[in-house]
Amino acid sequence: MIITSLEYLPGKTIQRHLGLVQGSSVRSKHAGRDIMASLKSIFGGELVGYTELLHESREEAIDRLKKQAASIDANAILNVRFSTSSIASGAAEIFVYGAAVQIVDES
Amino acid sequence: MIDAILFVVLLLLGYGFGQLSEKRHYRSIIRRENELQSVVVVGSKHPPVGAKHNQQLVVGSVVVASDYFKSFVASLVNIFGGRVRTFEPLLDRGRREALLRVKEQASEIGASHVFNVKYETSRIGGGITTIEVMAYGTALIESPGTASSVKDNLSDAASRSIDGLVTT
Repeated sequence: MIITSLEYLPGKTIQRHLGLVQGSSVRSKHAGRDIMASLKSIFGGELVGYTELLHESREEAIDRLKKQAASIDANAILNVRFSTSSIASGAAEIFVYGAAVQIVDES
Repeated sequence: MIDAILFVVLLLLGYGFGQLSEKRHYRSIIRRENELQSVVVVGSKHPPVGAKHNQQLVVGSVVVASDYFKSFVASLVNIFGGRVRTFEPLLDRGRREALLRVKEQASEIGASHVFNVKYETSRIGGGITTIEVMAYGTALIESPGTASSVKDNLSDAASRSIDGLVTT
Protein backbone atom coordinates (compact mmCIF):
# COMPACT_ATOMS: atom_id res chain seq x y z
CA MET A 1 0.00 0.00 0.00
CA ILE A 2 1.54 3.30 -1.10
CA ILE A 3 0.58 6.30 1.00
CA THR A 4 1.50 9.72 -0.30
CA SER A 5 0.65 13.35 0.24
CA LEU A 6 0.96 14.01 -3.49
CA GLU A 7 -1.91 14.04 -5.95
CA TYR A 8 -0.40 11.55 -8.33
CA LEU A 9 2.40 9.02 -8.43
CA PRO A 10 5.20 9.63 -10.89
CA GLY A 11 5.61 6.62 -13.18
CA LYS A 12 2.19 5.17 -12.31
CA THR A 13 -1.24 5.58 -13.83
CA ILE A 14 -4.43 5.82 -11.83
CA GLN A 15 -6.76 3.12 -13.06
CA ARG A 16 -9.73 3.66 -10.77
CA HIS A 17 -10.77 6.12 -8.10
CA LEU A 18 -12.40 4.43 -5.12
CA GLY A 19 -13.36 7.45 -3.06
CA LEU A 20 -12.29 8.87 0.26
CA VAL A 21 -10.93 6.62 3.01
CA GLN A 22 -10.28 7.68 6.55
CA GLY A 23 -8.86 6.54 9.85
CA SER A 24 -8.99 8.13 13.25
CA SER A 25 -7.91 7.45 16.79
CA VAL A 26 -8.62 9.13 20.11
CA ARG A 27 -6.18 8.53 22.92
CA SER A 28 -5.31 9.80 26.32
CA LYS A 29 -2.41 9.05 28.60
CA HIS A 30 -2.71 7.59 32.08
CA ALA A 31 -2.84 10.01 34.99
CA GLY A 32 0.82 9.48 35.92
CA ARG A 33 1.95 10.80 32.58
CA ASP A 34 -0.45 13.73 32.88
CA ILE A 35 0.98 14.67 36.26
CA MET A 36 4.53 14.46 34.90
CA ALA A 37 3.52 16.59 31.94
CA SER A 38 1.95 19.26 34.12
CA LEU A 39 5.11 19.37 36.24
CA LYS A 40 7.22 19.63 33.13
CA SER A 41 5.15 22.49 31.84
CA ILE A 42 6.34 24.69 34.71
CA PHE A 43 9.84 24.45 33.27
CA GLY A 44 8.94 24.37 29.58
CA GLY A 45 10.49 22.18 26.93
CA GLU A 46 9.44 19.12 25.02
CA LEU A 47 6.87 16.80 26.57
CA VAL A 48 8.27 13.49 25.37
CA GLY A 49 5.37 11.51 26.83
CA TYR A 50 2.83 13.40 24.76
CA THR A 51 4.98 13.26 21.64
CA GLU A 52 5.03 9.46 21.99
CA LEU A 53 1.31 9.34 22.66
CA LEU A 54 0.51 11.27 19.50
CA HIS A 55 2.98 9.20 17.53
CA GLU A 56 1.27 5.95 18.59
CA SER A 57 -2.10 7.50 17.94
CA ARG A 58 -1.07 8.52 14.45
CA GLU A 59 0.30 5.07 13.66
CA GLU A 60 -3.03 3.62 14.65
CA ALA A 61 -4.96 6.11 12.53
CA ILE A 62 -2.77 5.30 9.51
CA ASP A 63 -3.30 1.60 10.20
CA ARG A 64 -7.06 2.03 10.10
CA LEU A 65 -6.77 4.11 6.93
CA LYS A 66 -4.80 1.29 5.30
CA LYS A 67 -7.29 -1.33 6.44
CA GLN A 68 -10.21 0.58 4.99
CA ALA A 69 -8.38 1.10 1.73
CA ALA A 70 -7.43 -2.58 1.55
CA SER A 71 -11.03 -3.61 2.14
CA ILE A 72 -12.10 -1.86 -1.06
CA ASP A 73 -9.17 -3.29 -3.06
CA ALA A 74 -7.17 -0.10 -3.33
CA ASN A 75 -3.41 -0.32 -3.68
CA ALA A 76 -2.53 3.31 -3.03
CA ILE A 77 -3.84 6.29 -1.07
CA LEU A 78 -3.20 9.71 -2.56
CA ASN A 79 -3.41 13.23 -1.21
CA VAL A 80 -3.25 12.16 2.45
CA ARG A 81 -3.97 14.85 5.03
CA PHE A 82 -3.77 14.86 8.83
CA SER A 83 -5.89 16.76 11.25
CA THR A 84 -5.57 16.92 15.02
CA SER A 85 -8.06 18.20 17.51
CA SER A 86 -8.04 18.22 21.25
CA ILE A 87 -11.45 17.04 22.34
CA ALA A 88 -10.90 17.07 26.10
CA SER A 89 -7.98 17.95 28.32
CA GLY A 90 -5.41 15.19 27.95
CA ALA A 91 -7.16 13.51 25.03
CA ALA A 92 -6.55 14.19 21.36
CA GLU A 93 -8.10 12.91 18.19
CA ILE A 94 -5.94 12.26 15.19
CA PHE A 95 -7.75 12.00 11.92
CA VAL A 96 -6.18 11.02 8.63
CA TYR A 97 -7.89 10.86 5.26
CA GLY A 98 -7.05 10.44 1.61
CA ALA A 99 -8.24 9.27 -1.77
CA ALA A 100 -8.10 5.51 -2.35
CA VAL A 101 -7.09 4.52 -5.87
CA GLN A 102 -5.99 1.57 -7.91
CA ILE A 103 -2.76 2.24 -9.74
CA VAL A 104 -0.80 0.39 -12.39
CA ASP A 105 2.73 0.86 -13.71
CA GLU A 106 2.97 3.12 -16.71
CA SER A 107 3.76 1.00 -19.71
CA MET B 1 1.58 34.40 52.04
CA ILE B 2 2.57 30.82 51.20
CA ASP B 3 0.70 31.20 47.93
CA ALA B 4 2.67 34.32 47.07
CA ILE B 5 5.99 32.63 47.87
CA LEU B 6 5.02 29.61 45.79
CA PHE B 7 4.05 31.87 42.92
CA VAL B 8 7.39 33.70 42.96
CA VAL B 9 9.31 30.41 43.25
CA LEU B 10 7.40 28.97 40.28
CA LEU B 11 8.05 32.14 38.27
CA LEU B 12 11.77 32.00 38.99
CA LEU B 13 11.97 28.27 38.31
CA GLY B 14 10.02 28.72 35.08
CA TYR B 15 12.22 31.59 33.97
CA GLY B 16 15.50 29.83 34.78
CA PHE B 17 14.74 26.40 33.38
CA GLY B 18 12.67 27.80 30.52
CA GLN B 19 15.53 30.00 29.25
CA LEU B 20 17.98 27.14 29.71
CA SER B 21 15.94 24.61 27.78
CA GLU B 22 15.09 27.12 25.05
CA LYS B 23 18.76 27.97 24.50
CA ARG B 24 19.70 24.30 24.48
CA HIS B 25 16.92 23.50 22.05
CA TYR B 26 17.89 26.30 19.66
CA ARG B 27 21.53 25.15 19.70
CA SER B 28 20.47 21.63 18.78
CA ILE B 29 18.05 22.89 16.11
CA ILE B 30 20.71 25.01 14.42
CA ARG B 31 23.28 22.20 14.55
CA ARG B 32 20.89 19.67 13.02
CA GLU B 33 19.63 22.12 10.40
CA ASN B 34 23.20 22.49 9.20
CA GLU B 35 23.71 18.73 9.15
CA LEU B 36 20.53 18.09 7.17
CA GLN B 37 20.93 20.79 4.54
CA SER B 38 21.30 18.10 1.88
CA VAL B 39 17.64 17.09 2.25
CA VAL B 40 15.56 19.48 0.16
CA VAL B 41 12.05 20.17 1.38
CA VAL B 42 9.65 21.49 -1.24
CA GLY B 43 6.13 22.79 -0.87
CA SER B 44 5.27 21.83 -4.43
CA LYS B 45 2.61 19.21 -5.08
CA HIS B 46 4.12 18.21 -8.40
CA PRO B 47 7.18 16.01 -8.40
CA PRO B 48 9.11 15.81 -11.66
CA VAL B 49 7.54 13.18 -13.87
CA GLY B 50 10.70 12.04 -15.62
CA ALA B 51 12.63 10.43 -12.77
CA LYS B 52 11.75 6.97 -11.46
CA HIS B 53 11.57 6.79 -7.70
CA ASN B 54 9.83 5.21 -4.79
CA GLN B 55 7.97 7.36 -2.38
CA GLN B 56 7.01 7.20 1.24
CA LEU B 57 5.04 9.35 3.62
CA VAL B 58 7.28 10.89 6.29
CA VAL B 59 5.86 12.43 9.44
CA GLY B 60 7.55 14.36 12.22
CA SER B 61 5.87 15.71 15.29
CA VAL B 62 6.73 17.30 18.59
CA VAL B 63 4.87 18.48 21.68
CA VAL B 64 6.37 21.56 23.33
CA ALA B 65 5.22 23.40 26.40
CA SER B 66 5.63 26.98 27.41
CA ASP B 67 7.05 27.60 30.90
CA TYR B 68 5.33 29.17 33.89
CA PHE B 69 7.06 32.54 33.51
CA LYS B 70 6.25 32.89 29.81
CA SER B 71 2.64 31.92 30.35
CA PHE B 72 2.36 34.53 33.09
CA VAL B 73 3.83 37.27 30.86
CA ALA B 74 1.47 36.20 28.07
CA SER B 75 -1.54 36.47 30.36
CA LEU B 76 -0.46 40.03 31.23
CA VAL B 77 -0.08 40.92 27.55
CA ASN B 78 -3.55 39.48 26.97
CA ILE B 79 -5.07 42.26 29.04
CA PHE B 80 -3.69 45.01 26.83
CA GLY B 81 -3.43 43.10 23.59
CA GLY B 82 -0.51 43.19 21.20
CA ARG B 83 2.30 40.95 20.18
CA VAL B 84 2.84 37.98 22.50
CA ARG B 85 6.60 37.76 22.20
CA THR B 86 6.98 34.99 24.75
CA PHE B 87 4.97 32.52 22.67
CA GLU B 88 6.64 33.26 19.35
CA PRO B 89 9.84 31.28 20.04
CA LEU B 90 7.71 28.38 21.28
CA LEU B 91 5.90 28.03 17.96
CA ASP B 92 9.10 28.63 16.03
CA ARG B 93 10.86 25.86 17.95
CA GLY B 94 7.95 23.49 17.44
CA ARG B 95 7.80 24.07 13.68
CA ARG B 96 11.52 23.79 13.14
CA GLU B 97 11.78 20.67 15.31
CA ALA B 98 8.91 18.97 13.48
CA LEU B 99 10.44 19.74 10.09
CA LEU B 100 13.82 18.49 11.32
CA ARG B 101 12.22 15.20 12.30
CA VAL B 102 10.73 14.94 8.82
CA LYS B 103 14.17 15.55 7.34
CA GLU B 104 15.82 13.06 9.68
CA GLN B 105 13.35 10.39 8.70
CA ALA B 106 13.80 11.22 5.01
CA SER B 107 17.57 10.99 5.21
CA GLU B 108 17.32 7.69 7.11
CA ILE B 109 15.42 6.09 4.24
CA GLY B 110 17.82 7.61 1.74
CA ALA B 111 15.57 10.28 0.25
CA SER B 112 16.99 13.52 -1.10
CA HIS B 113 13.73 15.41 -1.54
CA VAL B 114 10.48 15.79 0.37
CA PHE B 115 7.49 17.11 -1.59
CA ASN B 116 4.21 18.71 -0.59
CA VAL B 117 5.10 19.45 3.02
CA LYS B 118 2.23 20.52 5.25
CA TYR B 119 2.13 21.69 8.84
CA GLU B 120 -0.52 20.97 11.39
CA THR B 121 -0.57 22.78 14.74
CA SER B 122 -2.90 22.10 17.61
CA ARG B 123 -3.25 22.99 21.25
CA ILE B 124 -3.28 20.22 23.79
CA GLY B 125 -5.00 20.25 27.14
CA GLY B 126 -5.82 23.17 29.36
CA GLY B 127 -3.71 25.27 31.71
CA ILE B 128 -0.26 26.14 30.50
CA THR B 129 0.02 26.41 26.75
CA THR B 130 1.15 23.14 25.22
CA ILE B 131 1.23 22.79 21.47
CA GLU B 132 1.72 19.91 19.13
CA VAL B 133 3.24 20.59 15.75
CA MET B 134 3.17 17.95 13.06
CA ALA B 135 4.86 18.19 9.69
CA TYR B 136 4.41 15.68 6.91
CA GLY B 137 5.32 15.21 3.29
CA THR B 138 6.19 12.69 0.63
CA ALA B 139 9.82 11.60 0.49
CA LEU B 140 11.13 10.63 -2.91
CA ILE B 141 13.67 7.84 -2.86
CA GLU B 142 15.60 7.59 -6.05
CA SER B 143 15.76 4.05 -7.31
CA PRO B 144 19.31 3.11 -8.26
CA GLY B 145 20.40 3.02 -11.87
CA THR B 146 18.15 5.76 -13.24
CA ALA B 147 19.55 8.20 -15.70
CA SER B 148 17.86 11.38 -14.54
CA SER B 149 17.76 12.37 -10.90
CA VAL B 150 15.09 14.40 -9.16
CA LYS B 151 17.53 17.28 -8.87
CA ASP B 152 18.11 17.49 -12.65
CA ASN B 153 14.41 17.31 -13.33
CA LEU B 154 13.70 19.96 -10.72
CA SER B 155 16.07 22.46 -12.29
CA ASP B 156 14.63 21.55 -15.70
CA ALA B 157 11.15 22.30 -14.46
CA ALA B 158 12.31 25.56 -12.90
CA SER B 159 13.99 26.75 -16.08
CA ARG B 160 10.96 25.72 -18.13
CA SER B 161 8.63 27.77 -16.01
CA ILE B 162 10.98 30.77 -16.22
CA ASP B 163 11.06 30.37 -20.02
CA GLY B 164 7.29 30.20 -19.96
CA LEU B 165 7.11 33.47 -18.05
CA VAL B 166 9.42 35.21 -20.47
CA THR B 167 7.59 34.09 -23.59
CA THR B 168 4.07 34.82 -22.42
